[in-house]
Amino acid sequence: MLTKRVIPCLDVKDGRVVKGIRFTELRDAGDPIEIAAAYDEQCADELCFLDITASHEGRGTLLELVSRTAERVMIPFSVGGGVRTVEDARALLGAGADKVSINTAAVERPELVSETALRLGSANLIVAVDARSREFGVPGSGWEVYTHGGRRPTGLDAVDWALRMERAGAGEILLTSMDRDGTRDGYDLELTRAISDAVRLPVIASGGAGELAHLRQALDDGPGGGGASAVLAASIFHFGTFSIAETKAFLAECGVPVRPVDA
Amino acid sequence: MSARTPEVTLIDYGMGNLRSVGRAFERAGARVRLAGDADAVRDAERLVLPGVGHLGDCMQRLREGGIAESLVERIRAGCPYLGVCIGLQALLEEGDEGPARGLGLVPGRVARFPESLPGPIPHMGWNLASPVRAHPVVRESYFYFVHSYRAEKVPEAAVVARTEYGGWFPSAVGRDNWVAVQFHPEKSQRAGLALFERFLAWQP
Repeated sequence: MLTKRVIPCLDVKDGRVVKGIRFTELRDAGDPIEIAAAYDEQCADELCFLDITASHEGRGTLLELVSRTAERVMIPFSVGGGVRTVEDARALLGAGADKVSINTAAVERPELVSETALRLGSANLIVAVDARSREFGVPGSGWEVYTHGGRRPTGLDAVDWALRMERAGAGEILLTSMDRDGTRDGYDLELTRAISDAVRLPVIASGGAGELAHLRQALDDGPGGGGASAVLAASIFHFGTFSIAETKAFLAECGVPVRPVDA
Repeated sequence: MSARTPEVTLIDYGMGNLRSVGRAFERAGARVRLAGDADAVRDAERLVLPGVGHLGDCMQRLREGGIAESLVERIRAGCPYLGVCIGLQALLEEGDEGPARGLGLVPGRVARFPESLPGPIPHMGWNLASPVRAHPVVRESYFYFVHSYRAEKVPEAAVVARTEYGGWFPSAVGRDNWVAVQFHPEKSQRAGLALFERFLAWQP
């Protein structure tokens, strides 16, 4: 049986790990390669690097980080942030990333997704969707796609957009609730379910993890759950609130299929 | 005890995840050599065909350089072979992705997971490979998978392990001196490293 994935996310800026609280306050949580190796050791299922370095000069630093990570870890890892061309994606995969994620550039130029899928394959390609409810707290109001780290509304409906990205050749959807990101109030289950029901692709839920029950809810395929294939979380892991082992033990107890830590 | 470092030859056909497979084999204690043409394949003492991507493209590139013929020849001569992902699919007779004619080392075909499957496509993440018989290279463990196509109609005698994803499919096939896996040992942490180590020690 396919297990549900637990994915620590490392936000990196200028080669260091930071965690955005609603993307504005940043806290330094250390060296990305050391942290990646530690998560590999702890049996995380996958890793996600999100580069928030704004400057173009930062690309070299990022590629070096990717290549050093690939030397150290033996689990898949994805890299996102600032991927604007097929060449950007190719450079990251060439440096050793297993997957790249595209966000803002996909909205600005949707052909980028189909071109990347065609030339580099869908299996490597994540489309990251940042969504915010149109009317906060009003069920059924729908979700709008945002870009530029959640600052810019696009007018696009998140469910339609995810379907369009699936058709364009995305291999996976990384779905972040901008309402929940940094709140620790739990994932947006309604949003997660709406997207995972709409597409055939695996959906990674992101934004809002504060306790282990939140991870279980997002991964739950039953009624009321998010139906996600994977959960992404940052601060609850980085600051040692929960270890990967505790997380997996909790999920296993709740009946969520996970890869055992001793496997 | 032999002090000699085992050597593996990775078939380099211009696609796929050679570096991560190469790095993992180095970690498992091997000297890694790349073979980009038929002659280099003919010299190999242990062959590995890694790969992600499109089966049709892969077969075309393997045939263009004559690598396909020398690979089959080398395997038939007893050289230990490990196929990874596309390296499994390439051994079968035919595949829907292309469509492609495979090397035909074993009966069977490569077909897409059916749309009726309850789970997401691609099959992505960690799943259990359960051996159907004792095998010197493949043991029961969770491995990392990422694929939308899988083997079917492989004769029972050639199935080494199965994995459940909306039905059971052969996740490892093999016979005599060759074995191939649908999952990615190079991305499967300790379980993958152990599989590579066993392949290096294998004397079929």
